[in-house]
Amino acid sequence: MSIRRLSRRSVLAATAASTLAAVLLAGCATNTTTAASTGDAAEAPGTGGTAIGFIFVGPKDDYGYNQAAYAGSQAVAAAYPDLEVLTAENVPEDDNATRVMESMIRKGAKIIFATSYGHKDPALKVAAANPDVVVLQQGNLVDGDVPPNFGTYFGTVYEPVYLAGIVAGKTTKTNKLGYVYAFPISQTLDNINAFQLGAASVNPDAKTYVVNTSSWCDPAKQAEATSSLLSQGVDVISQHQDCTATIIRTTEAAGAYTVGYHADASELAPTGWLTGSEWDWGPLYTKMVRTVLDGEFTGSEYNANFRVGLKTGDNPFVQSAYGPAVDEETKDLVEQAKAKISAEDGSPFAGPVVDQAGTVRVPADTIPDYQTIESIDYFVDGVVGQIPSS
Amino acid sequence: MIVDVLTGGVRGGTAILYAALGETIAERAGVINLGTEGSMLTGALAAYAVTAETGSPWAGVVAGAAAGGLLALVHAVMVLGRAANQLATGLVVLFLGLGLTSMFGAAYVGRAISPFQPYPVPLLADIPWLGPIFFQHDPLVYGSYLLAPAIWWLLYRSRVGLTIRGAGERGEVLTAYGHSPQLVRYLAVVTGGLLAGVGGAHLSTAYANAWFEGMTAGRGFIAVALVIFAAWHPLRAVGGAYLFGAALALSPALQARGLGFNQFALDALPYLVTIAALVLLGRRRSNAAPEGLSRVFELTPAK
Repeated sequence: MSIRRLSRRSVLAATAASTLAAVLLAGCATNTTTAASTGDAAEAPGTGGTAIGFIFVGPKDDYGYNQAAYAGSQAVAAAYPDLEVLTAENVPEDDNATRVMESMIRKGAKIIFATSYGHKDPALKVAAANPDVVVLQQGNLVDGDVPPNFGTYFGTVYEPVYLAGIVAGKTTKTNKLGYVYAFPISQTLDNINAFQLGAASVNPDAKTYVVNTSSWCDPAKQAEATSSLLSQGVDVISQHQDCTATIIRTTEAAGAYTVGYHADASELAPTGWLTGSEWDWGPLYTKMVRTVLDGEFTGSEYNANFRVGLKTGDNPFVQSAYGPAVDEETKDLVEQAKAKISAEDGSPFAGPVVDQAGTVRVPADTIPDYQTIESIDYFVDGVVGQIPSS
Repeated sequence: MIVDVLTGGVRGGTAILYAALGETIAERAGVINLGTEGSMLTGALAAYAVTAETGSPWAGVVAGAAAGGLLALVHAVMVLGRAANQLATGLVVLFLGLGLTSMFGAAYVGRAISPFQPYPVPLLADIPWLGPIFFQHDPLVYGSYLLAPAIWWLLYRSRVGLTIRGAGERGEVLTAYGHSPQLVRYLAVVTGGLLAGVGGAHLSTAYANAWFEGMTAGRGFIAVALVIFAAWHPLRAVGGAYLFGAALALSPALQARGLGFNQFALDALPYLVTIAALVLLGRRRSNAAPEGLSRVFELTPAK
């Protein structure tokens, strides 16, 4: 009996303590916000800071998306040794992100990079509360007017994926390609479509079979998805997942070919590695920071939904090195295609693009802009599978 | 297609089966361990790490079992030694496992290992249907075929099993016979953790061939639910684990064939099947529950 009473009492005490702590924290946060927003409005936003903040949704060593963003932050640190680079890993996509960003601002940051798609809403909140701070958000889009101290940015992920699709289309013997993805967001759909369009551009019989896992990283589900594709006769497998090793190893063990994503994982697939796509954020981050520090952010190309691709500059999403199975003829085809989509009138999604139902989505001789491509909500003809719906 | 789903069911159900068999022993002795998920996770990491360092997945399995058992020992010390609440302690142990593996696992994310290879059983593997479903797997799958009946025999046909079940029903009787019910429970809980660790080892060194934070994704909890659904019977747990595995394998198998279906329903299916089975079978067999377990819900320590 005494044990029960004691534990109930300590539970009450703990609850009271944590409530108190929460109230105190909330008070602190509000105070600083007010202090920050009454700063010198004459100065351009983002200038005069002593630090730059980066928040990541995952661990900095996931061999994927977050590791690439972290590497970019370290490139910024090397380029601006006078500024302290603050980093925070595993930042959830909710009000916790707001708190982390506010605390970075208190430590002197006037530039914040919110590097996950779901960090957009907290990032907008922080930007609104701190007009003297520039907040840059990676991967999402702002609808309507972009605030003067805010911007989104991203590479055109589907460009190297399209080129990898060409390699996959030339390599497959069964004409069945596999794609394991997490969720049907536009970025993923773009990649799957670009992969199929690239493959079909050199091999009209190639089809892409898609399986989703409803998780950015569930290795056991990935193993099952890969096995079911392989048992269907698929002989080239690519993916859009945060952790990539399981799919690559399962594919390699079955003697099939791998197209990577996020990072060069050729060491996991010494014989089956074809090529892939990987991030190189350093140059773009550094350029954006330069613009902000020069006081020229507001009104610049970064003060918008900035998208950079082969056509507009250096895409931070680049093609990985080739594996031993890729022949010279295929490499030449990729070079030709790269030149073609880099041209003013080129794009992986150059019309006509037809969806699975046979409807023309991009008319002939039309080049869709980045915004149109990023709002694609269908699979193109040749993709086998359906977009999950309820 | 059906063969694919059932093959996937055996392959994906094995990790859950090991954990469920272990938890059956623990619950038979009167202790419920919600930290099973944590034991699986530490087992998965330890097995992966040791396989990476030594090159031997068998050494990995031993390490995985040891790590899972060690975490379960924490649970045993708290609930048996310190009379803490079993449910709350189980959750604390789970979070301990999550934290420890997240801290020590970072170095092994992305490390390559030489995993268990599938080993088709001669002759049996060539049987149509049954061959691919049951006899073209890795050695740990075959191990579970032997373990389930062995545990059934242990629990229901041996003196040791009588002692374990005695500890779970009426500890006083054991005391009267000169046994220590607490010692039996300690051993049962640790054995449960050992087997959960082997289940985790199967995930990381035979199935997914990778380590990633939180990779068990709730499979340890499914194992605990399965034990109840199987009415604390090791052989029924086999069916439950494969049913859950097959439900997991159904979605990719359908998708890989381009067959459309309500994705969200498919994702929920494994859990719905488990809940439905619990509801349908649980009530009828509630009297099968070890009497000691009812004390958990009365918040009384095991004695």
